[in-house]
Amino acid sequence: MDKTINNKAWFLVLPVFLVVAFSAILPLMTVVNYSMQDTFGNNQFFWNGVGWFKELLDPSSDLGSRFFASLWRNLFFSGVILAIEVPLGIVVALAMPRDGWRVAFCLVTLALPLLIPWNVVGTIWQIFGRPDIGLFGYVLNNAGIDYNYVSNEFDAWFTVILMDVWHWTSLVALLCYAGLKSIPDAYYQAAQIDGASRWAVFTAIQLPKMHRVLLIAVLLRFMDSFMIYTEPFVVTGGGPGNSTTFISIELVKIALGQFDLGKAAALSLVYNLIILIVCWLFYTVMTNAGAERRPVQGGA
Amino acid sequence: MHSIPGRRLIMSLFLVFLLLPIYWLVNMSFKTNTEIVSSMTLWPHQPTIANYKIIFTDESWYSGYINSLKYVIINTVISISVALPAAYAFARYRFLGDKHLFFWLLSNRMAPAAVYALPFFNLYSAIGLFDTPWAVALAHCIFNVPLAVWILEGFVSSVPREIDETAFLDGYSFPRFFIKILVPLIASGIGVAAFFCFMFSWVELLLARTLTATEAKPISAIMTRTVSAAGMDWGLLAAAGVLTIIPGALVIWFVRNYIARGFALGRV
Amino acid sequence: MARIDLVDLAQSYNGNDADIESFALKPVTMTWRQGGAYALLGPSGCGKTTLLNLISGILTPTRGQILFDGTDITQASTRERNIAQVFQFPVIYDTMTVGQNLAFPLKNRGVPKAEIDKRVAEIARLLDLTPDLNRKATRLTADAKQKISLGRGLVRSDVAAVLFDEPLTVIDPELKWQLRSKLKALHRELDLTMIYVTHDQTEALTFADTVVVMHDGRVVQSGTPAELFDKPAHTFVGYFIGSPGMNIIAAEVSGREARIDGRTIALTRGYQALPSNAKIEIGVRPEFVDITEPAPDLLSANIERIDDLGRVRFARVKVGDVKFAARVPAGFAPSGTQVGLKFQPSHVHVYADSRLVEGA
Repeated sequence: MDKTINNKAWFLVLPVFLVVAFSAILPLMTVVNYSMQDTFGNNQFFWNGVGWFKELLDPSSDLGSRFFASLWRNLFFSGVILAIEVPLGIVVALAMPRDGWRVAFCLVTLALPLLIPWNVVGTIWQIFGRPDIGLFGYVLNNAGIDYNYVSNEFDAWFTVILMDVWHWTSLVALLCYAGLKSIPDAYYQAAQIDGASRWAVFTAIQLPKMHRVLLIAVLLRFMDSFMIYTEPFVVTGGGPGNSTTFISIELVKIALGQFDLGKAAALSLVYNLIILIVCWLFYTVMTNAGAERRPVQGGA
Repeated sequence: MHSIPGRRLIMSLFLVFLLLPIYWLVNMSFKTNTEIVSSMTLWPHQPTIANYKIIFTDESWYSGYINSLKYVIINTVISISVALPAAYAFARYRFLGDKHLFFWLLSNRMAPAAVYALPFFNLYSAIGLFDTPWAVALAHCIFNVPLAVWILEGFVSSVPREIDETAFLDGYSFPRFFIKILVPLIASGIGVAAFFCFMFSWVELLLARTLTATEAKPISAIMTRTVSAAGMDWGLLAAAGVLTIIPGALVIWFVRNYIARGFALGRV
Repeated sequence: MARIDLVDLAQSYNGNDADIESFALKPVTMTWRQGGAYALLGPSGCGKTTLLNLISGILTPTRGQILFDGTDITQASTRERNIAQVFQFPVIYDTMTVGQNLAFPLKNRGVPKAEIDKRVAEIARLLDLTPDLNRKATRLTADAKQKISLGRGLVRSDVAAVLFDEPLTVIDPELKWQLRSKLKALHRELDLTMIYVTHDQTEALTFADTVVVMHDGRVVQSGTPAELFDKPAHTFVGYFIGSPGMNIIAAEVSGREARIDGRTIALTRGYQALPSNAKIEIGVRPEFVDITEPAPDLLSANIERIDDLGRVRFARVKVGDVKFAARVPAGFAPSGTQVGLKFQPSHVHVYADSRLVEGA
């Protein structure tokens, strides 16, 4: 559809701009402000320039080492959950029933974990994993496996990952299901006529037709997992020790725990910058994928 | 051809995986603390509704739910109201900086809440909205408004321009056209956007906790105070958790046919 | 190449015990000649796509049998039937090149690579796709993609029949005739049985040797385009084919005369034993009715307008409440709004309950 050029449209957009700017720009300005200053308290600030940033990006400093350690943890976490949730989500989408009441039942059950407040998700798994009162912890320990997410680093990671898979795979599954549903029947009929095997139908028809939704799913999951805070915090609190302290947890510790405004501000900006870059990549890839390449006349 | 061998088994296993932890929570909410701590039972042997009773009668508990509902509703209303004209603008017009504005909005949706925790804390304290539902409602706008604009823009785009033009030719003023003609046409889109706003605001914790203290404490904050002299009050905690799941479960139950139909129409 | 026989074939979406009238396809028995070019013509919902899908195996019939060259394949799967189908919109495999698309059906059947390359090259030549063999299939225009769809069907040398389900729907108008001529040329060259479903009579009449007209789930008439035009077996065929369609008007018929409004129209055959409770109508094509000056012995009508199509002029008139179309003789100009209608008796047909009655 053609859009007309009309700069008066800005009036319509103004409320949105103001609301979001109020919530986004003002705070960010204060963050930028803090990031360049140091304070000894009493609301007296001294100019620090890029000092905090230098410290942040220097792995040998305290701030820097904490930053890089949490950064690797986040990257590792995002990598693992993507590797699990994307294939699992595709499989679940393919396993959806064809029609009838079963479809609605599956959709409702799949959607349920997505609508639970994140602290309750954390609470559910905090309880579920405990050896004394949680079914999961109890069963594992009684089967001879030593499982304790409070004291054991591996178990803590295992629990946090399992919780995220439980929480968010449905999102990938629902997106893929939507993509699958939009494939016209004629494609499957043509594949039957062409004698295609089940695997060929998946690789030649279903996967290509899903690639747009998969892209959305992968990027959404990467972003959200990179920003994760509540669920792991409720279960492990960042521990044992530092082992599950992600960037966001580190940041909140510094900002609201230590009230180290300058350091927190610098970390915030770098954190935000990383996300912005990924978001920009997302936007570029999406708009390019959506743009139609000029079709070529066959046989010409 | 459409699905895979063993799909019944795979789906059943996955659904059990999803439901088991929730079942465990529900199970625990109907048990007494003694039973919870002393034995591992798959269903309550001495069932009790005492935990729920406490929540419904103790003001410090149920006020949490009310507070949460307050800011969620305020946020949904604000988000949809400002998003509607903006969605119309993005759908119908090209204007200076429109692509950049859209990208900027999108980038806010992707902002880590942790980054805003401290600045918001300072900002809302400074303007005196700290510890009110308004603070949380406005804070959540960063995420919900872009989402609402994104969803609504798609719906407005699918309404043919001719309808606008006919209305203006018929003498409708812009506000009248908007309310009387456009809004009913995109009602389902508004429903979808409102659903997502409501749900995202309901589940978010970090900002909700940071920006409230005692007056406007949401349920997520109250749930942390279940430790007493007798130890952790697991039953109470579980009951509180179950109650937070119910709004979400109810909503999807009611819209289940729309969800199924929406997928069937193939609109992504 | 196969002869296709349909024996008492019927399809119902409500089960075999449902009322016959509710069947999507009412019982039909017919033969499709080997190597014939058929068009399945009819309006939306007449059952033509249902019939096509029954032949291709996408649907299993509620009743009846389908035979390919005498073998009962009613329960056979689509893959076993060796048919090719071209759909309304191009169905191609996005990730593959044109060549890989064409090779796909042969690869799935385990044909050796050398032979695959040979067949693909041959079909690509037939369809003018040779320069694009290494291009990604998604980049081509819609008509080229439909050719690829068709090519995938033709590449199997043992294909029994090629079925087309309104294949020109998404093609640009100026390319439609190109693709149509291509299909007709292919039919002559490859001697395949082709069944072409459409709601467009021009497509049907230009493509097919035999046109099968369907209406409301029934096969109403099957014949050459000329037969359908000259002797419609059903008022629906008369009305649907030809532009403008046949005029149908209620009349009293006895002996060699038809009476409308007190005026008599001569008939070339005699009709003695018409069923008494039937709806009797006569049908005559506008090409065989002329308008002329009003006269007391001629059926009179009111002119609404005259359409000038260049070669010929048609007048749109009304006989009472019934709309009628008639030819305007060269040089004739009506003097007023009233005109008389002159019928050519040899082209006036009699219909009882919409079905053609053969006179004696």
